[in-house]
Amino acid sequence: MAKRSAPEVNAGSMADIAFLLLIFFLVTTTIPKDSGINRKLPPMEPPNDDEVVIKQKNIFTVLINGKDQLLVEDELMELKDLRKAAIEFLDNGGGTDAQGNKCDYCKGKRDPSSSDHPDKAIISLKNERETSYAQYISVQNELVAAYNDLRNRRALEIGARRGFSDMDFVLMEKNYKDTKFNGNKEKLKEVIDQIRKEYPEKLSEVQ
Amino acid sequence: MSKFKNKKDNALPAVNTASLPDIVFMLLFSFMVVTVMREDTLLIENRLPQADQVEKLEKKYPISYIYAGKPAKGYEKFGNEARLQLNDKFMDISDIRAFINAERAAIAREELVDFLTISLKVDKEANMGIVGDIKKELREANALKINYTVGTGSALDN
Repeated sequence: MAKRSAPEVNAGSMADIAFLLLIFFLVTTTIPKDSGINRKLPPMEPPNDDEVVIKQKNIFTVLINGKDQLLVEDELMELKDLRKAAIEFLDNGGGTDAQGNKCDYCKGKRDPSSSDHPDKAIISLKNERETSYAQYISVQNELVAAYNDLRNRRALEIGARRGFSDMDFVLMEKNYKDTKFNGNKEKLKEVIDQIRKEYPEKLSEVQ
Repeated sequence: MSKFKNKKDNALPAVNTASLPDIVFMLLFSFMVVTVMREDTLLIENRLPQADQVEKLEKKYPISYIYAGKPAKGYEKFGNEARLQLNDKFMDISDIRAFINAERAAIAREELVDFLTISLKVDKEANMGIVGDIKKELREANALKINYTVGTGSALDN
């Protein structure tokens, strides 16, 4: 028998096959990016906790009932109006903070019957067991948005003087976490901390 | 002059494509490696509500997922009410503490244990009863960093 050399396999279509696979993976890959609203739960308090007296005017009560209706400060309210109402309450600045300083950055109505100072203003959120999760998230979102709006406004005011012009608070936080950000991070942190102190997020949930 | 060939007569040589499959395979493998498959098989319906004031969930810290929602198609025998899913099983509220402890023990680097974030993936049809119970258990387990994981969109459309 004559010795025959094995014929060479034609590899010309290999690239096509690989391309097909590549395109398949390209299309099906979804790089999951989870995002959400961060919250910190209060720790279990010791039973002999003293009652802290908070003035009624410094508390902004939001109740979501079992039918997903909003009761804000004992009045029915639509979800779309909640953000504005919360901003008005937080930014009122009718009095002084614990140290007796007036809120010189507030732009509210300075109504003496509403909150004294953003430092004292507390939003109290209450829900019932029948409340739907979607409504609860919407309300949380609007309240976070109220804080973010105020902080953004403040960031645009003081940021320009500190070398971070045209940067709102959300962007500042994003840049601070971004490793590729090439600005002065320590200075940025100072600005962020100052704004956080001026508009502290005081959102308490009634259990 | 016969020494020098007239080069203009020659056609352009074909580009060698022998290494093209290798390059494409390299790309292919990189995509195959990067692709993350979903960690848990969902036994429940899980349509997340929408919000727009969201922060990204940082992957550099350990994350545990808690799912809740109505049992999905094929699991109707578990009832119509929202149920809790941990890992791949339906669980009771009282199992959360053991779950958190197991998740903490599974974290390789000890200094990250305090940074454990609990991502709550709750179906938007669920009611706050089950979420409140979960939150209470998490407080008792001292896992206080939570994240209501949501989709991005306008919250007014929920």
